[in-house]
Amino acid sequence: MTDGVKKFLYVNRKAPYGTIYALESLEVVLIGAAFDQDVSLAFLDDGVFQLVKSQDTKEIGVKNFSPTFRALGDYEVTKLFVEQESLDERGLTADDLQEIMWEDEDEDYVEKPSIRIISRTEMADVMADQDVILSF
Amino acid sequence: MKFGIVVSEGPYTHQASDTAYHFVTAALAAGHEVPRVFFYHDGVNVGTRLSIPPQDERNIQEQWSALAAEHGTDLVICIAAAQRRGLLDQKEADRQGKDASNIAEGFRISGLGQLIEMGIDTDRLMTFGD
Repeated sequence: MTDGVKKFLYVNRKAPYGTIYALESLEVVLIGAAFDQDVSLAFLDDGVFQLVKSQDTKEIGVKNFSPTFRALGDYEVTKLFVEQESLDERGLTADDLQEIMWEDEDEDYVEKPSIRIISRTEMADVMADQDVILSF
Repeated sequence: MKFGIVVSEGPYTHQASDTAYHFVTAALAAGHEVPRVFFYHDGVNVGTRLSIPPQDERNIQEQWSALAAEHGTDLVICIAAAQRRGLLDQKEADRQGKDASNIAEGFRISGLGQLIEMGIDTDRLMTFGD
């Protein structure tokens, strides 16, 4: 921890629908963004389904909140770590995920991808590096 | 050490709020500090004063209320999660035009910012959920 800034990691392990955990996790992330901490999100297990593109929830009568992930860059939440093994185990690839970009104001607002696909071993390193982990 | 506690499952269906209570009790007995417990997801249901468990069972809400009275622990119920699930204090009931409130003694309703603040201000944040 430096300068009173802590590293917060929000761990998302559950599918986007079926339970409310994913939606309420995102609500914490959005509120937490106002606190100027160092924020990262992790997606593993069924949590990787949260980022799948072209979600359509009309038939189940619940709100499709997946477009909100694309707004995270505006909240300076720009590190979305996705576990490769969790994608593999579910037959998903990077192409199945929606494109989430952020604008780097230090480099003339060039757009950069927020999603970083990493291995299970690297995910352990990301977790070990945090001050606060909230698991959903 | 200073602990922040998150309870993220409802009472009776899940063990989480009991385990959190036992952890907090033990931590306080060992001389640690627990300034705040934050109730999120179905965990907000711990804070209703209208639950009536059978007399030969523990009363989870009363255990937490007693703990708050004895140790001054701040029991915070997330407002967004609470409103979805029908947990209201009198102020919010008046504001929303509802005919009742149900928050138990020692609990208060506030925002998610209190959760983040707890993460910043404590040495360890512990989540009790599934």
